[in-house]
Amino acid sequence: MEYGDRAEYGTVFHTRNGGDGAETVTGEARSIRGRVAVVGVGETTYYKHGRAPESEFTLALRAILRACEDAGIDPRAVDGFASYSNDRNDPSRLAAALGLPELRFSNMQWGGGGGGGSAAVGNAAAAVAAGYADCVVVFRALAQGQFQRFGAAPPGGAVSGEAALTFPYGLISPAQRFAMRVMRFMHDHGVRQEAQRAIALASYHHAQSNPRAVMHGRPLTPEAYDASRWIVEPFRLFDCCMENDGAAALVLVAADRARDLRRPPAYLLGVAQGSEHRNAARGHNAPTYATSSFTTVAPHLWDMAGLGPKDVNVVQSYENFTGGVLMSLVEHGFFAPEEANDFLQVENLIAPAGRLPLNTSGGNLAECYMHGLELQIEAVRQLRGESTNQVPGARVGLVISGPMVTPVSSMLLGTGDTR
Amino acid sequence: MSAPTYLPAGMPRPQPEPDGLDAPYWEGTRAGLLRVQRCRGCRGFQWGPEWICHRCLAFDLEWIEVPPRGRIYSWERAWHPVHPALREHGPYIVVLVELPDAGGVRMLGNLLGDPTQDVPIGAPVEAAFEPHDEATPPFTLVQWRRTAL
Repeated sequence: MEYGDRAEYGTVFHTRNGGDGAETVTGEARSIRGRVAVVGVGETTYYKHGRAPESEFTLALRAILRACEDAGIDPRAVDGFASYSNDRNDPSRLAAALGLPELRFSNMQWGGGGGGGSAAVGNAAAAVAAGYADCVVVFRALAQGQFQRFGAAPPGGAVSGEAALTFPYGLISPAQRFAMRVMRFMHDHGVRQEAQRAIALASYHHAQSNPRAVMHGRPLTPEAYDASRWIVEPFRLFDCCMENDGAAALVLVAADRARDLRRPPAYLLGVAQGSEHRNAARGHNAPTYATSSFTTVAPHLWDMAGLGPKDVNVVQSYENFTGGVLMSLVEHGFFAPEEANDFLQVENLIAPAGRLPLNTSGGNLAECYMHGLELQIEAVRQLRGESTNQVPGARVGLVISGPMVTPVSSMLLGTGDTR
Repeated sequence: MSAPTYLPAGMPRPQPEPDGLDAPYWEGTRAGLLRVQRCRGCRGFQWGPEWICHRCLAFDLEWIEVPPRGRIYSWERAWHPVHPALREHGPYIVVLVELPDAGGVRMLGNLLGDPTQDVPIGAPVEAAFEPHDEATPPFTLVQWRRTAL
């Protein structure tokens, strides 16, 4: 007997957006499409792990001020903050440090990893659309040299809960946590290592023309990829993201205000977050195991925006590990699993003329592991026509955040004529 | 002295949760038994442990012994040492094992034997209980080894 069969619990509601957005009982469309825009972006210098010369909080402040400057907005106009992955830089401290007249929205997206990057933008946009705040900053700051690294085991000898089922077996780091999902996907669909390699090569290719990129001037060849050491099979060194220090921020305001600001607005066309049925079942017991957690999320994104994969000009897809990018592109409908080997060729993935230009700043692999928020910034730059690897005439950009964690999220941005 | 363990001494040790949720599992492994949850209401198996049955929402889960055998559902070979105890150790294999006798729930563990061996998905395995008697408190891990097809 399943939950929905039990009469005493009543009806189970499943809201599925139609092409025009879901409707409330009063007939009002429920969609963020076209209502909020990203009007400013900012980032610090991106540093190698442990090399930031300033405190993490200072990095956060600098990124926020640069995003406000980019937007042409007085920082004192900011009245809300949204972040994710338990960012340490508390909005109330930020508001006090920046002397904000008032704080009206303070939001943390639950869940670790980079899965909350797009969701944080969606949460900020929802606050603006609902009138909770007028000018919300989405930010992420990391100086892991000052704190615990992601890729090393946390201190302490005893573990309990989920970790008791994994850590004693040497299943500890994010790469180790996700390798078996990708291994099973590759087994099920005959995906070759070269498909992951192409994703890594595309990121490194794009980083060579991006002076902000930590790997600028450090090109990657197929031979160097093949010769690199295994971190955990099926991930080689270059399948894994960097760890970096830095901060990034975006400023969001309502669409009617965005038109009057100095930069071309990037309008939010849709956002979705979440994960599949029992994705978090402990000890790797998710029923749909070999996924990037987007099988239920991506359809909601397309429905809210009224768009499909064919409408997208450029994709920024969070690389924790290349296999996660691979599965998230499948789950967003760009190709079938059995087409992965054919589709994931370097020439298909690079700007300006590839079929699906991917991670055009260099992304987490080669620009900066800014916990993925550098991808939202790059999506905005593509729509402004300012990328260092510009896709000519880009009008719609997709950002995919944090594959394989839960909750994950993704978002669509568009130029003014796509609203 | 305990028998040799698959991974070196000093790895993180499991500790039952303070609320008691998974204590019957860890008590079972000390006795050489593999236990999972089963719902007294709908008879469905459940793993990992939780306080409620995800199928019928009954708070009525019992712990039952299941045959310690299954098939490899996925695997990985880890090379990079992420924990101090693994420095200089070399590669090791983690397997995810599906238990057909327990409703298809999956369990984790190391695959005993040569760490460079081929690992076929679908291959049958059986549990091997690995006691850590010198730990405080003592605990027993569930490992897996290949069996004949």
